[in-house]
Amino acid sequence: MNARPASFHPYARLLHWSMAILIVAMLFVGVGMASTVSPLRQTLLALHRPLGLALLVLVALRLAVRLRHRPPPLPAALPAWQRHAAGASHGLLYGLMFALPLVGWAMLSAGDYPLTLAPGLTLPPIVPRDAALYALRRRAHTALALLLFGTVLLHLAAALQHAWLRRDGVMASMAPWRRRPGQSG
Amino acid sequence: MPTPEPLSAGQRTLRLTAIALIAGALALAFAASAGWLTPARLTPGRIVDALQGHDGLHPGFRRAHAKGVCVIGEFAGNGAGAALSKAALFAAGARVPVVGRFSTGGGIPDAPDGRVVFHSMALSFTLPDGSQWRTGMNHVPIFPVATPQDFLAFQLATRPAPATGKPDPARVAAYLAAHPETRAFMAWLREHPLPSSFANGTYYSVNAFRFIDAAGTARTVRWRMQPEAPFAELDKATLAQRDADFLFADLATRLRAGPLRWQLIVTLAGPGDAGNDATRPWPADRRELTLGTLTLERATLEDDGPCRDLTFDPLILPAGIAASDDPLLAARSAAYARSFTRRAGEPAPRSALARDPSFRETVR
Repeated sequence: MNARPASFHPYARLLHWSMAILIVAMLFVGVGMASTVSPLRQTLLALHRPLGLALLVLVALRLAVRLRHRPPPLPAALPAWQRHAAGASHGLLYGLMFALPLVGWAMLSAGDYPLTLAPGLTLPPIVPRDAALYALRRRAHTALALLLFGTVLLHLAAALQHAWLRRDGVMASMAPWRRRPGQSG
Repeated sequence: MPTPEPLSAGQRTLRLTAIALIAGALALAFAASAGWLTPARLTPGRIVDALQGHDGLHPGFRRAHAKGVCVIGEFAGNGAGAALSKAALFAAGARVPVVGRFSTGGGIPDAPDGRVVFHSMALSFTLPDGSQWRTGMNHVPIFPVATPQDFLAFQLATRPAPATGKPDPARVAAYLAAHPETRAFMAWLREHPLPSSFANGTYYSVNAFRFIDAAGTARTVRWRMQPEAPFAELDKATLAQRDADFLFADLATRLRAGPLRWQLIVTLAGPGDAGNDATRPWPADRRELTLGTLTLERATLEDDGPCRDLTFDPLILPAGIAASDDPLLAARSAAYARSFTRRAGEPAPRSALARDPSFRETVR
């Protein structure tokens, strides 16, 4: 009954890859819009807010899927430090995926910025107005985003290392395509 | 899983290099998006740095329009705007709460009021659906610069030299020689009187915007707040002798006596009127409509007032009002946000008005 699956649940893989694309896009949109005074800023801002909310919904779904469907085990041959690094970085990724949209929302609430997703659709504040906390959260939002980008890069490098150097099936367990029988293990 | 064939040293190196190249390329693209590879990019931080360089760093205060007072009131729509914009505040009978701020131009929070600078009215209307309309307006219908790049260049050219405390005349002259629109603005300031009070000033939208009606039709507009109080002229010759806070004290005294009212008037762009150039006035014969009445009821100190921690970001707009293609709008939005992040993170000292006992008496 407790046998671990050979690969991630199809929902987990679907969420992983769709969120991967959205998160990388969000990080580029975010640093881009924060660094310019050109009209492009407004276009990026109009993307950033609804995308951020969508990612918050997606990471909540993803956590539910993760808790319901156990992930496949890491290969037994993996050194302990890599096993720990994998666990810690996945925990960090989940934490940041929740933290970034929530800090973003709380920052706008504290700064009394209406969170308008589309004309006529304004979300309510989630924390009281507080300028000092706005400043703190605004800076935290940037710092956490840079940390997320760094963690994503490490995650990508580690995944490619599994795929191309160790060739131990870890990358395949999250592959977006269906695994052929016999490829598992 | 069967153990794969071991890799040769060459294969290993090649694959490691490929991984490093992929991660490196992504990091490089990220750095490019963030502007880290292009120091010449006009960032919000550079605009705010230029303002601080011009007027000095005054922690806790706005980097522009540093001296101000909060006002509270409401706006009542008369229905005439409903055909132009679906924004709820223009419907007949609509009443929405307003928080505002009167300010004088410049980044020095203790500057005396007797200077030839912008007199400004900024407003934040809160609509029933929670959306807001924020607008920062000046008493001059035209702006000195048309682009964020020129705004920065103008700030740098007119920056006081440390030795003299005055801008370098040669740099100012060089800037003005290249910018007829800034000369036109300076001429306008020279030729037109300053209003004697915040209460009898007309305040203009600075930029053009678009009004969107229920059918989705967009029209380019500018707006202004026209006072009920009759215009009176400030004597520029005696300006420097006036009390440091006379404009703000006058406003607070008038508000103690009763509410102050302005009519919101919108001007529709005619053919050929530029929506993207705040330095150019539109012809006087353009169609205008009065959309409603702003009533301001009281003033409060910024220190504990509702306007200090607001940015009057001109791109916080409700459905029915949208940005024009004026390049200043995104720059104002970005620079105000950066200024807010900086000042909100600093301890807020007491404002000049809070330290003026006679002013405090009038807003008590």
